[in-house]
Amino acid sequence: MASKKFNNVYIKDNFSIVGPLERDGLLKTYDLVMEDYYYGESTFEQAEIKMQKIVLNNLLNKTRLPENKVDILIGGDLINQISISSYNASKFNIPYLGIYSACATYAEELIIASSIISGKLAKNIVAITSSHNLNAERQFRYPVEYGAVKKHTTTFTTTAAVSTLITSEATNIKIESATIGKAIDMGLTDTNNMGAVMAPAAADTLNTHLTEMKRSINYYDLVLTGDLGLVGREIFLEMLNKEYNINLKKYMDAGCEIYTNSQETYAGASGPVALPLVLFDKVLSSKRYKKILIIATGSLQSVQLANQKLGIPGIAHAISLEVL
Amino acid sequence: MNKDEYQKLVKKYEPKENKFQNVIYAFLIGGLVGFIAEGIIVLLMNFFDLSRLDAGAWTCLIIIFTASLFTALGFFDNWMTKSKAGLLIPTTGFAHSVTSSALDYKKEGLITGLGSNFFKLAGSVILYGILSAFILVIVRVIIGG
Repeated sequence: MASKKFNNVYIKDNFSIVGPLERDGLLKTYDLVMEDYYYGESTFEQAEIKMQKIVLNNLLNKTRLPENKVDILIGGDLINQISISSYNASKFNIPYLGIYSACATYAEELIIASSIISGKLAKNIVAITSSHNLNAERQFRYPVEYGAVKKHTTTFTTTAAVSTLITSEATNIKIESATIGKAIDMGLTDTNNMGAVMAPAAADTLNTHLTEMKRSINYYDLVLTGDLGLVGREIFLEMLNKEYNINLKKYMDAGCEIYTNSQETYAGASGPVALPLVLFDKVLSSKRYKKILIIATGSLQSVQLANQKLGIPGIAHAISLEVL
Repeated sequence: MNKDEYQKLVKKYEPKENKFQNVIYAFLIGGLVGFIAEGIIVLLMNFFDLSRLDAGAWTCLIIIFTASLFTALGFFDNWMTKSKAGLLIPTTGFAHSVTSSALDYKKEGLITGLGSNFFKLAGSVILYGILSAFILVIVRVIIGG
């Protein structure tokens, strides 16, 4: 079974910082804004480490939790060897797990944290993730100042960092269950169309979740996918319909909820932070939804293997949240 | 759904790139760069009393310098994106690719960063430029004697 039910796992609090473009977009309830991409540091990588440090420090202050009461810090980002999270972890006295799942990193963090807490092996776990548009450009695409002509299917990496405290103490947001997705390669080699790479994984994970949990799609008040974007979203919906006979109505894609149409972000937002930003900003703060299924999606590509023309594996993990 | 069927589905939802419009953009903007360069050549020939060959070399330097300066000032990447291939094909594109790589890696050391990544994007242009020049010269020698 790919699906697991958790006992007594809750989300206590959350802290986020967003970049200038995200501030001007559709988001409203972020905690901090960084005005420029350097954030007082000399390189973009160091700026991203600082973003992570700030969201972690602020989360600990906000929840009045001393460092030594945090059992585990789970971190992940998009940069080589998940270096941003690891360098940040070295600034804290907290046991650290670093994970990589591209843009599905946040869901993987929640699943690992929930499993540990549900098994009563820890009480407080902090999940942290970040992405920085210019670091991602450097890592996966072109130099920052290089003006490449982009395709309309390209997504735009969100600049933000998010930290979340997951705990065994009862709060009003419960992590009820989760489905671990399979890495699926449909033979796509285009790194500029990640939505299409991830859509089959998202559809498969949603179907597996519903089947294994014996639920119909109407059980959920909202399904929120990570960063399929404007193109991937349509492919996902058609695939659900044709392949799995699921007619998804109450649906939102985080990638389409961050930037306005005039911001020239092509097919929408991507990055591991897209999902938690929209989840906390738009979905949970609206208090309109009780049962929410989040499906974080990731395109597990590498520059080398993409150049070797291998099909890119997509991944999607689903987590069921209940607002009590 | 097998891989072929899926690729058909993806094709259906991929927004069509407006190639015709891109070509027109590139033609007009690339032409404009040529027009400006020609203007500079004429100016240099008249005011500095240079031969057409010397004026051409100086113009090339001026265009490269301007593109590099604009890249460093941070707005040339937007021009590049908007002009499609219009600024990419003239020397401006080459200068832009080298300067943007240099800027990107300058914090990683003069040797390990800037030096080894300077021609990251432009390397292909140099290699295949020299190679095609070499082949064309051989062709010319054979045909032209």
